[in-house]
Amino acid sequence: MSPAERVLITTSRWDQADGHTLAGYERTGGYTALKRALEMTPAAVHEEVRTASLLGRGGAGFPAGVKWGFLPAEVWPRYLVVNGDESEPGTYKDRILMERDPHQLIEGSVITCYAMGLTQCFLYVRGEMAFAQERIAAALDEAYDAGYVGRNILGTELSVDVILHWGAGAYIVGEETALIESLEGNRGMPRLKPPFFPAAIGLYGQPTIVNNVETLANIPWIVNNGGEAFAAMGADASTGTRIFAVSGHVQKPGVYEVEFGTTTFRDIIMGEDLAGGIRGGNDLKAFIPGGASAPWFYEEHLDLPLEKAVVDKAGSMLGSGAIVVMDHTTDAVKACHNVVRFFARESCGKCSPCREGTSWLEKILLRILAGHGRRSDLDLLLDVCDNISPGLDWPPKQTTICPLGPSAVAPIASAIERFADEFHAYIEGNRLSVTAAGAEGQA
Amino acid sequence: MSEPVTFTVDGAQVRTEPGTLLITACEDAGVYIPRFCHHERMNPVGMCRMCIVEVDIGRGPALQPSCMLTVSEGMVVHTESEVTKKAQDGVLEFLLINHPLDCPVCDKGGECPLQDQTMAYGPGESRFVEEKRHFAKPIPVNANVLLDRERCILCDRCTRFADEVVGDPLIHFLDRGNETQVNTFPDQPFASYFSGNTVQICPVGALTAKPFRFKARPWDLEEVVSTYPNPMGDRIAVQSSRDQVLRFQGIDSDPVNWGWLTDKERFSFEAFQSDHRLTDPLVRGHGLNQADPDGDELVASNWSRALQTVADAIAASEPERIAFLGGARLTNEAQYAWTKLAKGVIGTDNVDALLGDELPAHALLGLPRATIDEACRPGGTIVLIGPDPKEQLGTLYIRLRHAVLEDGAELIELTPTATGLSSIAAARLHARPGEVGAVARALVSGQAAADVGGVPGADIEAARALLGGPVTVVLGRASVAESVEPTLEAAEAFRGLEDTRFLLAIRRGNTMGALDMGMHPGLLPGRTTLGTGRGAFGGVWPTVPETVGSDTAAILAAGAAGELDVLVLLGVDPLGDALDPELAQAALDTTPTVVAVDLFPTPSVRAAHVVLPAAAFTESSGSHTNLEGRITAIRQKVTPPGTARADWAIAAELAGYLGADLGIESHADVWAELAPLSAVHRDVDAAAIEADEDGVLVTATGRVSFEAPDRHVELSPLDAYALRLVASRRMYDQGTLVQQSPHLAGLAAPSSLRVNSYDFNRLGVDPGQEVRVVSATGALDIGVLADDSVPRGVAVIDYNRSGADCRVLLDPDATSLDVRIETGT
Amino acid sequence: MARLSADNERIAHEIIARYPRPKSATIPLLHLAQEQDGWVSEEAMAHVAELVGATPAEVLGTCSFYEMFKRQPVGRYQVNICHGISCHLLGADELLHHAEETLGIKGGGVTDDGLFSLEGVECIAACTDAPCLQVNYRYVDNVSPAYFDELIEDIRSDARPDIPPHGTLARIRQRVPADRAAGPAMLEGAQAPPWLARNDGGDR
Ligand SMILES: Cc1cc2nc3c(=O)[nH]c(=O)nc-3n(C[C@H](O)[C@H](O)[C@H](O)COP(=O)(O)O)c2cc1C
Ligand code: SF4
Ligand code: FES
Repeated sequence: MSPAERVLITTSRWDQADGHTLAGYERTGGYTALKRALEMTPAAVHEEVRTASLLGRGGAGFPAGVKWGFLPAEVWPRYLVVNGDESEPGTYKDRILMERDPHQLIEGSVITCYAMGLTQCFLYVRGEMAFAQERIAAALDEAYDAGYVGRNILGTELSVDVILHWGAGAYIVGEETALIESLEGNRGMPRLKPPFFPAAIGLYGQPTIVNNVETLANIPWIVNNGGEAFAAMGADASTGTRIFAVSGHVQKPGVYEVEFGTTTFRDIIMGEDLAGGIRGGNDLKAFIPGGASAPWFYEEHLDLPLEKAVVDKAGSMLGSGAIVVMDHTTDAVKACHNVVRFFARESCGKCSPCREGTSWLEKILLRILAGHGRRSDLDLLLDVCDNISPGLDWPPKQTTICPLGPSAVAPIASAIERFADEFHAYIEGNRLSVTAAGAEGQA
Repeated sequence: MSEPVTFTVDGAQVRTEPGTLLITACEDAGVYIPRFCHHERMNPVGMCRMCIVEVDIGRGPALQPSCMLTVSEGMVVHTESEVTKKAQDGVLEFLLINHPLDCPVCDKGGECPLQDQTMAYGPGESRFVEEKRHFAKPIPVNANVLLDRERCILCDRCTRFADEVVGDPLIHFLDRGNETQVNTFPDQPFASYFSGNTVQICPVGALTAKPFRFKARPWDLEEVVSTYPNPMGDRIAVQSSRDQVLRFQGIDSDPVNWGWLTDKERFSFEAFQSDHRLTDPLVRGHGLNQADPDGDELVASNWSRALQTVADAIAASEPERIAFLGGARLTNEAQYAWTKLAKGVIGTDNVDALLGDELPAHALLGLPRATIDEACRPGGTIVLIGPDPKEQLGTLYIRLRHAVLEDGAELIELTPTATGLSSIAAARLHARPGEVGAVARALVSGQAAADVGGVPGADIEAARALLGGPVTVVLGRASVAESVEPTLEAAEAFRGLEDTRFLLAIRRGNTMGALDMGMHPGLLPGRTTLGTGRGAFGGVWPTVPETVGSDTAAILAAGAAGELDVLVLLGVDPLGDALDPELAQAALDTTPTVVAVDLFPTPSVRAAHVVLPAAAFTESSGSHTNLEGRITAIRQKVTPPGTARADWAIAAELAGYLGADLGIESHADVWAELAPLSAVHRDVDAAAIEADEDGVLVTATGRVSFEAPDRHVELSPLDAYALRLVASRRMYDQGTLVQQSPHLAGLAAPSSLRVNSYDFNRLGVDPGQEVRVVSATGALDIGVLADDSVPRGVAVIDYNRSGADCRVLLDPDATSLDVRIETGT
Repeated sequence: MARLSADNERIAHEIIARYPRPKSATIPLLHLAQEQDGWVSEEAMAHVAELVGATPAEVLGTCSFYEMFKRQPVGRYQVNICHGISCHLLGADELLHHAEETLGIKGGGVTDDGLFSLEGVECIAACTDAPCLQVNYRYVDNVSPAYFDELIEDIRSDARPDIPPHGTLARIRQRVPADRAAGPAMLEGAQAPPWLARNDGGDR
């Protein structure tokens, strides 16, 4: 499929110079979905989203329409929190959606509030994304002035404020309960769920829908084209299109919207019109299919479709849509350490296994890299991993509250399983030549 | 009640109440799951992960924190499985890798859950060869509590306690991840009245208390469960080593204090050990212990000489020229013994344990009482008409706060100024001093078209809507700058409201016991009057007074007028504590024989002629009656210093010197004598008190009825330059126990005057400025502070703090007191 | 280094009014303080605490959780070099070393002239343009060592006016016009939103 043939739902305005302005947005069909939605009942809008089988794009992949249905009846107020905290390594789509098409997100959010009776929306944007914040602030100002947001939207009884809120640098805040804590002015430490998911007890203890930016960016299209049209794209439960960021050792790193469920990893990594294959004709060593938390995939997984169920079954996940490609020059131990360091630095500190365990793992890996590894270290690494995520299974079991701690386990288990020899080389004091090659490869 | 649920733990079927946490249900079934962060009296956080166990709810076993999970029907729990064990061992290892393992020098060594669990569950050899996390060693988080962040396992107990339980979030998690630490804001200490509780609940030795740091190893401590003789009757463990009390710990008493204590109680153990304790009887004399009735100092004596001196003075006098003040510090048994001595042997009714600053006896005995649990019941409404519980009744504050925050009780605050509970009150009706009665009437009647007593009518009407269900009025005196009538008017208004009971916010420890034991003019033991009880007591006691005697004010007046021969002070210091210090001074100066029974050389003790050293509550046994009427055991742990004796024994011996036999040879004898005489104490005996740690609740109303106030004074409107005064007590003041406790004395700030910043502008003064406060009766120089929790037009002054004694301003009979602020210029 | 200025305090009150609970404004107000002073001082935290009705300890607890809040002065230009996995694969470590050499400071340090501070940071969501960095949260993509030196030179010579001093995040602050605002969804007295009546055939 060439770019021209691909149906673009969420990224259609990315190449429009003024796509982020109200004028540009309205010229390209913006806010027609809101008007259409207001001619439907709220329940009918919800039904379209349910029919679309729109999977959440934030990582867990839970169907949005179903999640909305978990709101308890007759508990008011209810809130919408838009998760724009995008920080999963390799993940890079929400930021561009916010920078280049902020009105689409605003429109999707207002429609969601209409459908579910949510009376205030908070748009939580990652702190480091100053430009996205500016674009959203400007877009909100326009939308308020034009009557698309605020009191009596488009002259109806729909009244919803959409408030831009900034984060301040903490990956864990992307986790929805931590996001809510953060929005309440607290440290972003996740709450235990169950018993209560945000839909039941969320912001200020009230029912709250938390959705990812990309998830909500799909809503206007779904309302305009119908849930069935959306569901007709993709495969089984993985419907519509999805944005993937392909980075690392590929010819054309980029952010691509492709049909969900039918496109394969090979298509997106190797496809001429997409990432264009491994750089410099190198060999593929491994790739991370769905963000740093995902177990690694290899050559043999290339022909799997980008479909949630299939990838889950193969022992990893599509997660946040981040595909990180490593060619044969990659030092697996260093890459492993890099990812583990991320989780160690980003642990919120609440659960002992995550707070202590991830740092411990990082220290062991660092020691191995520094040439002070011990033969027993690989067993130790795996056993510490086992104490964070018992059984090292997939999907991971956890001794922690949220999946962050167990996320550090995936890269270690992957790297040790596939590249044990590289660890041994460090430990035995004769590092593999791959390191040197890696350095060259980067030049 | 919903049906019990059945679940399986380690193969055994167990039934439990639905909604029970798994960790608790297992413990009830005899299966202890290790834990660090979980605490029965706080919301679960599931932080430490120590309590994870394999739980199967039909979808296969999964690891779950048992402290966050409620038991459900058919749940199968494995606390001993391989997977559970491995996970728990793993968590323990994680907690230990950065822990300094300095158990040999740690105060917690020997009573440390981390240490215990390491022995029981943990792996032996450390696999952690990396550098440990380092923090500067113990840092003070306040004057009395030290924090060692290297030992801390980040269980969130202390921080949750500070935030949830007492509303003082002054310690907090700082930083993130592996760097997380507990700390205060720089230079802002954990100034909480309750900070010592964090030391008690810290599951490791991270928080330690200066007053008992390195005093003893926990395994050297022996303890008894006892009652702290404060109004709440907080249950405590008295711990000692080598006959020295070294620590008080809260006991989790379900109906009372839930394990919590204020620092004022917790750290007061030092007072009882203090070198200032009175150890031997003292009599007037001079020079080298030369006794001489006209001597100008107190010299050491012995019991026989001292008691003989007192007996001679009593024998030489007439009953009506003899008076007894105080008694609220005593055990119930000692109170009975002294009442019997005074009223039944000597025959005087001049006995008063109320010092004129409590509610009157008829209110304390005659209003229908609520228990703490009743006050705190879900769905109930609490009306606070009285002092700030956070300042004066610490553990009641905690209970009320919990009721409002966690159990859905509603709070209406009907106080002159904001209190520690204001932020969680559903209605804040800050009545102008002297006008609480009017506001209460408007609230109860629901008729408040206009403003009443400075409270907007709309606020009163909104609050009225909260009075639908059961109501508990927490009733006490919010201020000693207004007479008691407005408070009684308020009580009268609420008495008329259906389903309303009263929880009485008293000030002195065993005031309820004192009244129950008849230590007030006109009363006999058993909540009865001279008139009604005469028959019964006349049959057992040598005599019963004919006429109603004098109360505190009248006793002091009589003393000052030379109408008393003997004045016995039972643990009171009228010079420091009476509302009218000049009158007290005159009474002590004029009365020929002043006898003080006390623990410490207070100003009044120093002015006495005979001083009899008494045993503290840690040194004698008996019982205590709390503000509900709950009688709980006080148990001796150590021997009294020197020759100090139990108060009841002093009364019994003195009776002997007067040629009478009190018939009391142990504290148990009191109940044997009283039960047949007192309708309300019929079922109380020493064995019953001993048998139930929750004590015996004496709820029956006696023969004393509440007297509605007959005078209702319309207050003149405040003139534009005056402020209406509130004089209220703070947790730490010049009180004897605080001042005798080295780690508490410094916490009592000097007295200050607090005024709304609006009035600052109006009156043209600056915060911090030294001003002159002038009332109709006196004037006082004091520093003035801005405090916007004080309503406009009101000035709040601390009672009984150093620097400025506000008693010069007071007029005990005035319904309210207006003062003017004068600046030097 | 101080409390919020009168102007900023006014903005603070506007922000607070957008939330059902004032404490929610904690992070935005800390950003405001950092915008004012370039970092977040104790005085500022205490002031924020007053404004949102929390204790200073609570505000510090929040403040210290988030990486972007600097509780010590940092350079006028905070250079954050991404060392997330994608950038790592494409030479982030080398770039960081190079930056340390060029600036003469280690990661975490501040140059003597107070102009630059340097940090290696986790993924900044520009992975397809690795290696990348941010200066005061403005992106610079595909950074080679030479490009890095050029960038630093440009900043030193005031050739990058598009990069505001550290602390300034979005230069456009959302307005919520009073005549258009729906108002915060307060918990007290909340009722079903009127438009849901349409589900029951109400209205249209
Ligand atoms: C550690 C962690 C980090 C996460 N980070 C993000 C994130 O940056 N953005 C996001 O949308 N969801 C993130 N999530 C997922 C959210 O918890 C949540 O599932 C999601 O926002 C729901 O939106 P969706 O249903 O539209 O995907 C994260 C989850 C975890 C456990
Ligand atoms: S797993 Fe880690 S990040 Fe998640 S709640 Fe626990 S400590 Fe925090
Ligand atoms: S006791 Fe359950 S997690 Fe700490």
